[in-house]
Amino acid sequence: MIKLAHGSGGEKTRELIEKLFLPAFKNPILEKLEDSGRLNGIAITIDGYTVKPIFFRGGDIGKLSITGTVNDLAVCGARPKAIAVSIIVEDGFPTEKLEKIVSSMAKISREVNAPIVTGDFKVVSKGEIDEIFIITSGIGEIFYPSLGADRVSAGDRIIVSGPIGDHSLAIMGERYEVELPQGFESDCAPILKLVEAITQVGGIKWMRDPTRGGLAAALNELAKAINKEILIYEDSVPFRKEVLNFCEIFGFDPYHLASEGRFIAVVDKEKSEKILSELTKFPEGKNAAIIGEVREKSKGRVIVKTKFGGLRLLDPPTGELLPRIC
Amino acid sequence: MCLAVPHKVVEINGKEAITELGGIKKKTRLDLLEDVKVGDFVLVHAGFAIEKLNPEEAREILDAWREIEEHQS
Amino acid sequence: MLGEKLKNIKVKRHLRFMEVCGTHTVNICRFGLRNLFPEEVELRSGPGCPVCVTPASAIKIGIDLALKNDKFVITTYGDMMKVPGPNGTLADAKAKGGKVFSVYSITEALSLAEKNEDLKVIFLAVGFETTAPASAWAIKEAKLKNIKNFFLLSFHKLVPPAMELLASEGTLDGFLCPGHVSTIIGTEVYKNIARKYKIPCVISGFEAEDIIFAMIKLIEMAENEAYDVFNAYKRAVKKEGNKVAQGLLNEVFEEVDSEWRGIGVIPKSGLDIKEEYADFDAKIAFNIEKEDIPENPACKCGEVLKGYIYPYECPLFGKSCIPEHPIGPCMISSEGSCAAYYRYGGRLKDD
Repeated sequence: MIKLAHGSGGEKTRELIEKLFLPAFKNPILEKLEDSGRLNGIAITIDGYTVKPIFFRGGDIGKLSITGTVNDLAVCGARPKAIAVSIIVEDGFPTEKLEKIVSSMAKISREVNAPIVTGDFKVVSKGEIDEIFIITSGIGEIFYPSLGADRVSAGDRIIVSGPIGDHSLAIMGERYEVELPQGFESDCAPILKLVEAITQVGGIKWMRDPTRGGLAAALNELAKAINKEILIYEDSVPFRKEVLNFCEIFGFDPYHLASEGRFIAVVDKEKSEKILSELTKFPEGKNAAIIGEVREKSKGRVIVKTKFGGLRLLDPPTGELLPRIC
Repeated sequence: MCLAVPHKVVEINGKEAITELGGIKKKTRLDLLEDVKVGDFVLVHAGFAIEKLNPEEAREILDAWREIEEHQS
Repeated sequence: MLGEKLKNIKVKRHLRFMEVCGTHTVNICRFGLRNLFPEEVELRSGPGCPVCVTPASAIKIGIDLALKNDKFVITTYGDMMKVPGPNGTLADAKAKGGKVFSVYSITEALSLAEKNEDLKVIFLAVGFETTAPASAWAIKEAKLKNIKNFFLLSFHKLVPPAMELLASEGTLDGFLCPGHVSTIIGTEVYKNIARKYKIPCVISGFEAEDIIFAMIKLIEMAENEAYDVFNAYKRAVKKEGNKVAQGLLNEVFEEVDSEWRGIGVIPKSGLDIKEEYADFDAKIAFNIEKEDIPENPACKCGEVLKGYIYPYECPLFGKSCIPEHPIGPCMISSEGSCAAYYRYGGRLKDD
C-alpha cells in the first residue's frame, strides 16, 4: 500500500524508487538518480507540485513550480531553455487565484530566461484534488558537465548556499498556526545565478537542492552513492534561529526541513574558500557556509560533530514530518 | 519523555496566551498555572504552559559551573 | 570545554546510572554526550518513553475504531502515528480511509469535536505526568461546555512506580530523574525512593550543560553514598511541583494497575478516568475490552527498558529491527532507546 511517507522524500521514497521505478524503467541515465536526467549536453527534469497552503510567505505554488524545475536543472549544471507546464484545478477554483499563480510562474520564467513553451490545463470535479496541482518539466543546456557522485573524493568540502529550512517553516508555520516575524519568508527562488558564478571558479563535483527531506535526505543519498563518510560540523550549518526554535517547540529535526532556493555543493578543498567567497557576494548567498567534509572513515553514513564535541549519526527522515510531545 | 520549551508570554486573553520563542509566536493554554503575567517565561508542553520559569534560578547552571570550577582549581 | 570536566572526573568504582526519561536518552545521544562520560560510568536508558511502553493493543484499538465507522475520528500525538501494532500503524489506518489526525495539542482534538457534532472524536492519550494534566483539562472542559462527542482513550502512565520497580532490583547506583515529569510531581517522591532503596536521584534539565552538570552531581552523590534527591533543574521544578496540574489529575483520574509494553503490569502505574467523568471515557463509550497481544520473543525491549542491556546487545538491533521496520517498542518511537542508539550511534568514536 502506498502511504504519505512514500512521497516525503525520505527513506520510504528511496525504497520505492529502488524497488519499483528503477527496475521498471531501467536505464543508465535514470540510475544516476540525479535531479535531472543528463544526455548529450541536455538535461531534462519534471516535478509535481501539491504544496498546501498554495499561497505562503515569500511565494505561491506557481512560483514554486517554475523555481523547482529550474533549480533541478541548475544543480545538474544546466541552464534552463524551455519549460512545459500542466495545471490541474478542481471545479470552483477562484479565477483570481489562478491569475495570481500564473503571473508568478510568468515572472520566474522571464527572470531565468526560460520560456514556458507548451502547456496543458485540466479541471476535475470538486474534491478529486485539493485546489490545484501543477506539474512542470524543463529542458536545459548543460554548461558544467563535470558533475557526478563518482567524482567526489575524500577531503572534498560540503558547502551550502544559505540558511536551510526556511521554506518548510513558511509552509508548516501555517499548518501549526504560528506567527512568524515580519519579513520571514520561504527561501523559494532560482539559484541559477549563484550556480553560474561558482562554476566559473571550478572544482565543483556534485550539487543538489535540499528540497523534501532536507539536508539529511540529500547528504545520506550522497554518502550512500559515494560509499564514504560525510562529516558535518553542526556549528557551521546556517539555520536561522526561527527555524531552530520552531523545531524545538514542535519536535522536528531541522536537518529534515526543506529549502526551495538553496543548494548543497561538494567541492574541491583547494577551491572551497574561493567558491564560498563567490557565493557570499550575492545577497541570497551571504550566509553560505562550508558545513562539512567527505572522509574515508566509514562507509555510506553521515555524521554530525556537535558543538559539545560529541558525534551522532544523521539519519534520513523516515516519513511524513509529525510534531512530537516527546 | 516530554519536550517542553521556555516561551515568553506576550499577550493574555483569559486562559489563552500568545507566547513567543525567538520569533515564533503561538497560542498556549494557561489552565495549568495561576497568576501568569505578560513578560513571564513559561515552560510549554503540548500547547500547555506547565510551569513558570523562575528567573532567579535561570542562572543556576552558570552558578553551578562556577562552583565546580572553583572547587577544582 | 565543559564536557572535559565530566570526562576527567576520577571515579573510584564502576557506577551504573539510569536516565529514566526518553528525552534525556535522545538528547544525550543527540549532543553526543555519551563519549564524555568517564570510562567507569555507564548510563543505561530507562522506561521513560511513553510511546514505547504503550501496549500494542492500544494501537489496535485506535485502528479498529478508525476503520469501524466513518463518523469516528481518532486523534493522537504525532509520536503515535507510525507505531506498529498487530494490524499496522495509525498512519496505515489513515491511508485505508480511516479518519486519523495527529495533533500537537489536545486542544485541537477538542475543538474538532466542538465544531463537528456529527463526529465522535476520540483522543488516544499517551504520556506521563507531564502530558496527563492536559487530558484532564480537556475532559473537564468538555463537561463544562457540554461537548458530548469528545472521548478520551487513556493510556497515561505514572513514572515513580516504574522507578521503584527498577530501584528495588538493586542493580542501579543512581537515577537521572525526568525534568518535566518532576515539574508536575515535584521532588519529594524521589526522596522516598532514594532513601528506601539507597539510590541517589538527580533531577536534570535537557540542555547539554544541564545533563553534564547533573551527571557530575550524580557521580559525586554516588561516591559519597548520599541517598537523597538533588534538584539540578530548579528553574523549572519546584519542591511541591505544579499543584494546579496535580489537582486536575486527582479530580479526573484514578490510579490503576497498568500494563507497560515490554515490562508487564506495574501496580498503580496508570491513570483511568474516574466514574464521575465516565461519559468521556472511550473505554466505556465504545465497550473496549483488553486484549493480550504477544510480542516477538526474540525482541529484548523489556530488558532494554529495564536497563539490563544496551540496545545494541539485542540480537535484532540494527539487523531485522531498524526504525523503518521496527520490531520492538524501543525502536518504534523516535525517543525510544533503540531508535536513539541506532540514529545517534551510542558511543561513536572519532579517532
